[in-house]
Amino acid sequence: MKMLAFQFRVATVLVCACVFSQSAVAAETLSIVKKRGHVQCGVSQGLPGFSNPDDKGNWVGMDVDICRAVAAAVFGDSEKVKFTPLSAKERFTALQSGEVDMLARNTTWSMHRDTGLGVDFTGVNYYDGQGFMVRKELGITSSLELGGASLCTNLGTTTELNAADYFRTNNMEYEIVAFEKADEAVAAYNTGRCDAYTTDQSALYAQRLKLTEPSAHVVLPEIISKEPLGPVVRQGDDQWGDIVRWAHFAMVNAEELGVTSKNVDKMKADKNPAIRRLLGVDGTFGENMGIGNDWAYHIIRTVGNYSETFERNVGKSTPLGIARGVNALWTQGGLQYAPPVR
Amino acid sequence: MGERSIIARWRARVGLRDVLAQILVALVLFMAVYWLVSNVISNLERQNIASGFGFFNERAGFGINQTLIDYNEDNSYGRVLAVGLLNTLLVSVLGIAASSFLGFFIGIGRLSQNWLISKLAMVYIEIFRNVPLLLQIMFWYFGVLRNLPVPRQSFSLGEVVFLNNRGFMLPAIQAGAGAVWYLLAVIVGVGAFFWFKRRARQILVATGNIVSVWRPTGTLFLLALLTAYLIAGVPFQFDMPVLRGFNFRGGISVIPEFVALLLALSLYTASFIAEIVRAGIESVDRGQREAAAAMGLTGSQALNLVIVPQALRVIIPPLTSQYLNLTKNSSLAVAIAYPDIVSVFAGTTLTQVGQAVEIILVTMLIYLSLSLLTSLIMNWYNARIALVGGTHG
Repeated sequence: MKMLAFQFRVATVLVCACVFSQSAVAAETLSIVKKRGHVQCGVSQGLPGFSNPDDKGNWVGMDVDICRAVAAAVFGDSEKVKFTPLSAKERFTALQSGEVDMLARNTTWSMHRDTGLGVDFTGVNYYDGQGFMVRKELGITSSLELGGASLCTNLGTTTELNAADYFRTNNMEYEIVAFEKADEAVAAYNTGRCDAYTTDQSALYAQRLKLTEPSAHVVLPEIISKEPLGPVVRQGDDQWGDIVRWAHFAMVNAEELGVTSKNVDKMKADKNPAIRRLLGVDGTFGENMGIGNDWAYHIIRTVGNYSETFERNVGKSTPLGIARGVNALWTQGGLQYAPPVR
Repeated sequence: MGERSIIARWRARVGLRDVLAQILVALVLFMAVYWLVSNVISNLERQNIASGFGFFNERAGFGINQTLIDYNEDNSYGRVLAVGLLNTLLVSVLGIAASSFLGFFIGIGRLSQNWLISKLAMVYIEIFRNVPLLLQIMFWYFGVLRNLPVPRQSFSLGEVVFLNNRGFMLPAIQAGAGAVWYLLAVIVGVGAFFWFKRRARQILVATGNIVSVWRPTGTLFLLALLTAYLIAGVPFQFDMPVLRGFNFRGGISVIPEFVALLLALSLYTASFIAEIVRAGIESVDRGQREAAAAMGLTGSQALNLVIVPQALRVIIPPLTSQYLNLTKNSSLAVAIAYPDIVSVFAGTTLTQVGQAVEIILVTMLIYLSLSLLTSLIMNWYNARIALVGGTHG
């Protein structure tokens, strides 16, 4: 069933590549989106905290919020977005073929993907790194004690390569068991097929919630790779790339300037020129991207600033309980930094 | 009028016209393919998507947990393709053997006079052919895996064979130089079998007497083995699986993904084969069975010498389709992490390299070749039995 969908996508790419001498999907994403009336956003097949349907069936998460922010920027309405769940293997093909307008699918920005796949990363909405989760009863405290272990993971991710590099560098044997869907990988780890489950550390915390007894498992402290996760667009449509890039920057800038979804209407009257430019009171920054000048106002009003989306989806008060860490603002010793609206 | 006569003359030259038409069609087809291919390349270039087959020589960099040939992370994507293809072939060939064997017996059981056997066979067929294969694969994988112990509490058979949730651990046989004598003994045994079989047939035709094939073959084979032992001793060593750390090291381990996939494919396809076998046997005229009985053949003799050879002619063509289905269905392996060609090549390699068009094309070509090869072998076999049936019928 999944395979069929994937083959269909590949077929779409083939047909597009074969038949149309002028590729229809390369440019003009904004006008296509406006005509269609909603943003089509590629997300994961269910990763709590990043993109996951809640108990009412609404998609929620940090990646989902990026999609909603883009919809708010274009339409002034964060509900004008539809989601396409994609496996790790399918995601780039779906984007290349024009099935989705953008990916916000906990996707690692790597050089090969940026330069070889005809796609562009627009930023980093979550700085992550690969880690390991094991059963507490094993009594392991470091991933260097995992020599000879079986590892469950997802097929078609950077994880497979990182694990290979890490174990070989440290002269440890390992067995990799790679599943097409994250749910099956977690289920196999849960039944004891593997000694460890390995993926991005944020996802380890998220997937742990799905295990029969979450408290019997522990996430090891080591991070073995850099996994900057960010939204992806097709290469060659700079206007659309700008909109997706600045949707994230607007949220980071809003946090830095103290603008939240609660005070955004009041802030419109603020005297700070940086805030006035961000909210579109002064300047024509939205117009330059082909959208309304109040684009960021709508993002912050309906989705919130970066801190709000972080705390709501993965923060200390959520079941994931992740600290800001490297994802704090640069002013607080973190890596989240947005160029100014100027 | 003159114009019409030219057309009339043209119509008369059928041979030339047909040749020209064929050349024209071939030319149009060639142009169409050329146009499609050049368009693909230029469009991929415009979208800045890499193309070509250069990636075959690049370093793969990821691990695979079942490899029939030597493989490590430093090998190329080309090697990954070979590893995946061999894994697909392994599960397909074993699946074809197991499902044929099982399907044949269930098909015969379905026709049994015994009420219980025939109903059991019917229940089997209806259950296994009516549940989607992917669900069956998931069932065997997760359903069985959940009930197996961790490596430290493995089920063991005399501390030689172990079973746990990492799979079967078997001792590996390492052959020394003297093993060649044992190989010779096996060749002698197989040769003897065919020779004695031919001789038995000649005796049967000449005198009507049935002579045993197995007794002289067995005797000769044992003698050959004894000779090999006297010359070479025991040139084999056993590499035993030993529990170290997380899991067993040494020996051969059969991963649970393989077992689950093989089980699901064989049981599912066997239910279809059983129905094909039943249809084949029912197609043999009732008079054949009665005639066999009248000649004094026993039930199993009638089946082996009269019914099955005639039924096979009806069975083989649809059986070929089932073999093709099984091979193609093995691509569902990706759901349970069995490293077949779709998983390691059209999966991991595709996402690492990102060249969907080339990789899917290669994968499709390989499945196509496998299917055509299977068809070829089965058609050859079909022609052979048809011929044998002809000379005797």
